[in-house]
Amino acid sequence: MGKVVLVTGVARHLGSRYVQAIRRQPGVDLVVGVDLQPSAHDLDGTTDPDRLADLAEYRFVRADIRRPTVAGVIAQYGVDTVVHLNVSTTALGSTSRSTVKETNVIGTMQLLAAAQKAAGVQRLVVKSTTSVYGSAPRDPAVFSEQMQPKVLPSGGFAKDAVEVEGYVRGFARRRPDVAVCVLRFANIIGPHADTPLADYFALPVLPTVLGYDPRLQFVHEDDAVEVLRLASVDPRRGTTNVGTFNVAGEGVMVLSQAARRLGRPTVPMLLPAVSWMAGLARQTRLLDFSPEQMRLLTHGRVVDTTQLRETFGYHPGYTTEQALADVAGSGRPGLLRPEQVAGWTSKVAAQLRVTALPDGGGKRR
Amino acid sequence: MSSAREQAGTAGGPAGDGEARAKVIPIGTGRGSRAGRDGRGARGGRAAQRRTEELADPTVLAGAEPGTESGLESGPEPVPAPGTEPAGAGTGPEPVSEPAGAPPERAPGRGVADSVADAVGHALAGPLGGLAGRLLGRGWEERAAGGLGFLRRRLTGEYEVDEFGFDPELTEKVLLSAVRPLAEKYFRLEVRGAENLPEKGGALVVANHSGVLPLDALMTQVAIHDHTPTHRHLRMLAADLVFVLPGVNELARKAGHTLACNEDAQRLLELGEIVGVWPEGFKGIGKPFADRYKLQRFGRGGFVSSALRAGVPIVPCSIVGAEEIYPMIGNARTLARLLGLPYVPITPTFPWLGPLGAVPLPTKWTIQFGEPIPTDSYPPEAADDPMLLFNLTDEVRETVQHTLYKLLVQRRSVFF
Repeated sequence: MGKVVLVTGVARHLGSRYVQAIRRQPGVDLVVGVDLQPSAHDLDGTTDPDRLADLAEYRFVRADIRRPTVAGVIAQYGVDTVVHLNVSTTALGSTSRSTVKETNVIGTMQLLAAAQKAAGVQRLVVKSTTSVYGSAPRDPAVFSEQMQPKVLPSGGFAKDAVEVEGYVRGFARRRPDVAVCVLRFANIIGPHADTPLADYFALPVLPTVLGYDPRLQFVHEDDAVEVLRLASVDPRRGTTNVGTFNVAGEGVMVLSQAARRLGRPTVPMLLPAVSWMAGLARQTRLLDFSPEQMRLLTHGRVVDTTQLRETFGYHPGYTTEQALADVAGSGRPGLLRPEQVAGWTSKVAAQLRVTALPDGGGKRR
Repeated sequence: MSSAREQAGTAGGPAGDGEARAKVIPIGTGRGSRAGRDGRGARGGRAAQRRTEELADPTVLAGAEPGTESGLESGPEPVPAPGTEPAGAGTGPEPVSEPAGAPPERAPGRGVADSVADAVGHALAGPLGGLAGRLLGRGWEERAAGGLGFLRRRLTGEYEVDEFGFDPELTEKVLLSAVRPLAEKYFRLEVRGAENLPEKGGALVVANHSGVLPLDALMTQVAIHDHTPTHRHLRMLAADLVFVLPGVNELARKAGHTLACNEDAQRLLELGEIVGVWPEGFKGIGKPFADRYKLQRFGRGGFVSSALRAGVPIVPCSIVGAEEIYPMIGNARTLARLLGLPYVPITPTFPWLGPLGAVPLPTKWTIQFGEPIPTDSYPPEAADDPMLLFNLTDEVRETVQHTLYKLLVQRRSVFF
């Protein structure tokens, strides 16, 4: 009998991609997706009938993880691997902060309570975020997994993630037989990623904070899915997938650099003005731009990924630069495409060179 | 709860394997054009990047190739993948989706910018060219071409920063060039003992701090860059105030500096960088003029434990001349508390002369790098031995203080 994987948050893009990937995993018999609504994305990854037959079976259960029903699902299908992806900055179809917080925190509590009672559960994978480190000017430049920020995030999604991780640690203490893996993802971007930062980069003109140029790190969505897949199966030789890992592409970019590569002009504004605009965007639901997002775009954040590469044994396929290049290549082209800007400078240069030589002769005369 | 049902595959149309990635995730939430063109996303993006790198090479710029320009225009157009559906390529007036080799069909905004570029080029080549040649001397075209190459890399984001946000190109071309005249012409900086700095590998430079504004730190950075054969960059550990102030924090990060904390110090040292630390901190830089060249307490000696952990030598550094640039005869404590600053200096010229009072006095500077103090002979647990830390801290402090006295005795005058 193969593995039975329970996935929460399958309606989101990342959840759907993960279901695709884990159904192709040999040794997995059944994948159970739990969410408030079925996924609108494709969950097979192929239309070839032969390959479809090889895929693990998928069942969708419409359930709210904030309620105890999820315990019944775990018991009914004999789940042995729980993959908790329903920890998000935004809830589907709702911008109410309290709903998001409840889904994140109460949902995790209910899920962990159910998993603790289920003797068959052997593995737990939780999606967390590097925003648990906060974004502050007085913190070290590079965070490793053991570091604690000077000030814990005071609200928003980052605080949810801190609380979620706290409950997961409690679970790991009470069920030492379960392999627990917490993955702290940096900002996930990619052609399809539905994260607030991806939405920000899709704006035609990027508002930035005057006097600050934050350092950013990105994970490509393909890498995020692959890390989740590796975390939910038995580790390869010489690696371990138990513990807490930062997940980010190699390399760092500053915001202004990222904007130029995307061809998006930036508009530096004073911090209060940007905060006001972000609040306005939130209220009008144009863009979900939370205060912590603002802090990230002010002070930035960089994490150390040595543990991911050496202990977990995964080298992200996309560096931070390549992940951004993938977004740049697939999104709407910006107003100032880099190639276009390069064309202007080379025009000037070409003019200079062609006529500069006779000018040098004229000087001698 | 038990409303379990199978999620049927929804991928429409017979898609080949090569296009599988583009097809299988039909997300239509307001970003329709993305899904269709995904197939060539990574490849096209990277290819464009590579091409732009080639273009950024100044030799290509100065290459005087008549075809260069048109090559640039059509070069970075990502050609749609052969298998891409025409519907994906033809959605909306996107210049990227156009087939290569169609530069005349541009959006109107592009034409304006192009004509500006043309005009600048013509002006420089024509009437302004002779003037520029006379003013800037021979070879200004090459320098201008180099400058244009730099400008292009900045404008297209084709540069790299490390995990601390250090931007070597910007630091060398702009920041150091801006500070260098101040060091060489204004303070007539004399550097001694630069051979004590390693050509490669980590080192911890420990110096005295003075002068109200951290000009001594900037001068040390220029000195180390210009007087080491490998043009090493000094990575300073700066006070947290630097990273709170807007503008200042951006420049500090780009110049390679980071917050003075053990984690960052050790990380930089293990990466093999020269790290600079001014352990006196605000006590040193904000001390009254009467206390000049009297070293203050060297913090808690955290810098020594970082050096011990990384096993890098400590290079004591003594800076003479910085004390007299702003003779601080008073401190407006109430104002400082109001502004959240460690001190607000009162000098003979500041604030009485307004902004003119912020001009430093043209003192003559000497920076002396002393003999490195090796730390690799200590066992790894030495970093946790407080007595050893105190002894090493004192040794460094004494060395800096004695060198200061020696340099002061040799000095003819404050200004010459």
